[in-house]
Amino acid sequence: MVTDARTGEQLAVRRLTGINPVPILGLVIVGLLVVWLAINLEKTPTDFLQAFLIGITRGSLYALIALGYTLVYGILELINFAHGDVFMLGGMIAMTLIGTDLFGLHAGDSALHIWPAVLAVLAITIVGCGIINVTVERIAYRPLRGAPRLVPLITAIAASFILQNIGIATKGSDYVTLNSGTGRSGAVDFLPQGNIFTFGNSGYYSWPDFIVLLITAPVLFLLLWLVQRTKQGKAMRATAQDREAAAMMGINVNRTISFTFLIAGGLAGAAGVVYAMYFTSVRFDQGFQLGLFAFTAAVLGGIGNLPGAVLGGLVIGLIEAFNNTLSWHSPGGDWKQSIVFAILIMILVFRPEGLLGERTPEGA
Amino acid sequence: MTEQLYPGAALREHFRGSTRAVRARLGQALALGIPEERRASWSPVKRRAFTAARIGALALVVLTPLSGFDISAFGAYLIFVAMYVPEWKALGRFGKYVIPLAFLAIVAGYPEYGFNTDGTGKLFTIPVLGAFPNVHTAVVMLIFVMMAVGLNVVVGYAGLLDLGYVAFYAIGAYTAAVLASTQFAGQNAQGNPARFFNFGGVDIDKSLGGIHISVWLLLIVAGLFTSLLGMLIGLPTLRLRGDYLAIVTLGFGEILPQIARNGDNFFNTGLNVTNGPQGVTSMDGIGFGSWIHQHISFLPDNYLSASNSDELYFWTAICLVLITIFCSLRLRSSKLGRAWIAIREDETAAAAMGVPLMRTKTLAYAIGAFFGGVAGAYFAEVNTGAQPDAFMFQFSVAVLVMVILGGVGNVWGVIVGAAFLAYLDQQGLADTGAWLSQHLNVTIDVPKYEFGIFGLFLLVVMLFRPHGLIPEARHKLEFEEGVADEPLYDVTA
Repeated sequence: MVTDARTGEQLAVRRLTGINPVPILGLVIVGLLVVWLAINLEKTPTDFLQAFLIGITRGSLYALIALGYTLVYGILELINFAHGDVFMLGGMIAMTLIGTDLFGLHAGDSALHIWPAVLAVLAITIVGCGIINVTVERIAYRPLRGAPRLVPLITAIAASFILQNIGIATKGSDYVTLNSGTGRSGAVDFLPQGNIFTFGNSGYYSWPDFIVLLITAPVLFLLLWLVQRTKQGKAMRATAQDREAAAMMGINVNRTISFTFLIAGGLAGAAGVVYAMYFTSVRFDQGFQLGLFAFTAAVLGGIGNLPGAVLGGLVIGLIEAFNNTLSWHSPGGDWKQSIVFAILIMILVFRPEGLLGERTPEGA
Repeated sequence: MTEQLYPGAALREHFRGSTRAVRARLGQALALGIPEERRASWSPVKRRAFTAARIGALALVVLTPLSGFDISAFGAYLIFVAMYVPEWKALGRFGKYVIPLAFLAIVAGYPEYGFNTDGTGKLFTIPVLGAFPNVHTAVVMLIFVMMAVGLNVVVGYAGLLDLGYVAFYAIGAYTAAVLASTQFAGQNAQGNPARFFNFGGVDIDKSLGGIHISVWLLLIVAGLFTSLLGMLIGLPTLRLRGDYLAIVTLGFGEILPQIARNGDNFFNTGLNVTNGPQGVTSMDGIGFGSWIHQHISFLPDNYLSASNSDELYFWTAICLVLITIFCSLRLRSSKLGRAWIAIREDETAAAAMGVPLMRTKTLAYAIGAFFGGVAGAYFAEVNTGAQPDAFMFQFSVAVLVMVILGGVGNVWGVIVGAAFLAYLDQQGLADTGAWLSQHLNVTIDVPKYEFGIFGLFLLVVMLFRPHGLIPEARHKLEFEEGVADEPLYDVTA
């Protein structure tokens, strides 16, 4: 709700100089970032490439979670704080499934055994998380359709806390780890472990890194196809655009919203499986933190915009990896949260519509 | 409007309908068969006396088998009757002050009458929740009350959702802790403290070094500094729409504790401001100094070395809370307060009526930050230091739940909500766990689920009673009649 978007000072500066200082400040910040990256690339090219590859891997994970935020925001204009916790529960479900003997996932099994089992874990977790997300919508958001918009935001926080406590109640308040997490880059050991290619002195790109992309990329394309090509996707877009008009056109709005939450939860579940296999440890409160990163990614790309969420996820993943890995004047991993949230704040201040979004009345 | 405007209303109606008959029968039985029409003709005093007698009888029947008859519970009931039944307000010019003053006396005297000389509680135990809070818990409760009343200015009055209130609290705590401890002592060539500055600090040994400013002064300094930073944070972000503002405040709430955690070596320059993960420890005591203590003996030299330090902290906290409540109530009815309400109800209309949006919102932010900063500084003093682990997102939400549970916008509701939840946090949940294992033979580590329980409170309140337990009349109306939440036009264009 913007009525007085620019402060008096800004207006005064603009009146005097004919220049709006805000975008220029934003451009200066982006310029400094580019210079910093270029100098780092020149000094340590191997580290740079390594960070780039890590960033793409992590970023695709963020993209999966960010899509869930963007889908829900697009249709309800609600920041679904509980989304990160659905992702966390997904990770826990996946780890439980991998850990049981039901699928018998062990190092050295044949690929013909491992891949169907991984797909089964993926399918079960996606469905499970979809159901969790739909339940959250049913209990915490649907009764509040007509309420002021901050009210569902508050219940979203409540839902997030309740889901975290479900995590504590089922898995305890410590890290849940997979015993088999002894593979390459800490990933599970039943995945192929070799390098795909190496570079420089110590740079490498391993199979577990690639498998993250191998799982996330098809899911992303499936989602894009679903939203842009199917009838259900059309109903979702219509509901997002104008709920009442959509209802008049015969779209069952509540069912469409539930379907959106199902899809978003499924994406979080897929991300949970990937996270469980790649990092092999998850704690009840990690989902919230990663969820906020993913939300930042969604805002960065332009909230409500699906390709934007993917782009934002990759950018956030890259920035995080560059910050953690590069050595020349890098703040380092201790400042990870601060940097991501500073990006969030700057995006909201300088370009609320995000990288790919359109400037809408609500956008700023 | 017949349309269901606030959630859960239909469900509540349904529930009411089915229980109305049962309630009528029950009410009739509790009224000893005296029909309502006859009771309506009684004088108000008689009606209230009758109600009080019914409550007393009910308490006797229900509570005595649960926890036994206790003389202190009986005393508490008598005090309740004495405050509730007579027409105190009609008692001349000062009648309206009787109840608040009596209430204040009950609260302020609590450390005196509530405990035996060995520190054990003298009062009756509450079923399930267990004993009354000890004095230290009571101090923490009062600090939370102060914070919640401060947040109420932002969330309740101005309607700006702040999810990062912990940032203000952290700034206040660190400002006070850093300026009244050995944090900046430095080292000279002999390895001894190099810097020493003392301005009104009590019981300071010069050989320790460091900056020692009177903690009384620091309470104000911390508040002012916090509100300055609050304004700096607010200026670029307050123009954002409600939910974006919430997420930005959340971001600041995550950034500031990280600065505190990494602040022992800013960007590898060796500059140590916050002492990193250990936090700032051994903060100076608060006190009046030996000179005042010699002349006015009841003003203690230094709280830390006093034998009754918990009580001293308690009474000081009461003074701070009283100031906070006074400011909050006066602000509410000032021109600024009315501007806040106008913005909360309809921003566009408020702007059209000439309310300067940015300035009004920034002031709400600054004043909320001020109280948060003072509370943080005092909390640091009570804990003799500031640790970064205390400043989590959960903390911000806990204060928010206090405000929402009690009744957004209503100072008295917020006080009740804050005191109750802070009590649960400090003592109540652990006692509940003990009660459960003792009486129902189930072992649940209840405090582990604290935030799940707070989340449930939040969810249930938002679904069924969005205006809180003790709602502000005006805010309740907003929920029942609805407000124009969306602007009709984008005024920026």
